[in-house]
Amino acid sequence: MGLPGDEELVARLRARDEAAFALVLDSWSPGLLRLARSFVSTGESAAEVVQDTWLAVIKGIDGFEGRSSLKTWVFRILVNTAKRRGKREYRTIPASDLGPTVDPAKFGGPGDPFPGHWLELPAPWPGPDQAALDGEVRAQVSAALADLPERQRVVLTLRDVEGYDSAEVCAILEISAANQRVLLHRARAFVRGKLDAYFTDEEVAR
Amino acid sequence: MNCEQFVEQVTAFLDGVMDPAAERRFVDHLAECDGCGTYLDQVRATVRTLGDLPPENLPPEARESLLAAFRRTDV
Repeated sequence: MGLPGDEELVARLRARDEAAFALVLDSWSPGLLRLARSFVSTGESAAEVVQDTWLAVIKGIDGFEGRSSLKTWVFRILVNTAKRRGKREYRTIPASDLGPTVDPAKFGGPGDPFPGHWLELPAPWPGPDQAALDGEVRAQVSAALADLPERQRVVLTLRDVEGYDSAEVCAILEISAANQRVLLHRARAFVRGKLDAYFTDEEVAR
Repeated sequence: MNCEQFVEQVTAFLDGVMDPAAERRFVDHLAECDGCGTYLDQVRATVRTLGDLPPENLPPEARESLLAAFRRTDV
């Protein structure tokens, strides 16, 4: 579904063109809901955060300065709305977010013949392409997403679920590129690890 | 580069933000190590599956009340 460009969209919203509002409301609400869910635990409160966001957009559209894209601006309002509820802070990476993302026990230690190399090679998953479409695999990924620390979940949701690029995510969350990458990296490694455990266990069960 | 270092560079590699020398070491390791090739494939498959999660919609009542709120703010 093609949306008009920002300039036209903003002009129409300012002219109180309801069709234009319905267009952005329907196009962006699914992504906003998903992002809201990465801050709050229930579907109802996620929907409330999204509603509050749109109300703030309606109120603020006349003051929108176009320093970011309209969509980024709307997503940023959602993040601020959600953060204000929970008084969360995203600017710095706590120490617990540093360190290896793969269990060091999986690699040879300093005394091994091949230090730092896989002790046992990761086993390929059954048909990774087909796995992406499998409902059960999707459920595993959803569960893993829910288990992530919040900041990692927010970044992973924006980058990989919603498909934003790194610069957009930094703009929405107002974090540095390096912080963004650390959070994304840890989150991906975590979800990959959960999937790996799922595929490996399943093989054992067979 | 060893495997333990490789796995920590995967996101930087996929984002294309490694400096050229580090990227060459990464690719050289990839060429030599089946385990890390599998690991990289698995991260890619994970990203694809995440992108495939089904969307959710705003409840119809919420949509209606937002459209009504938009109408009320006539200039």
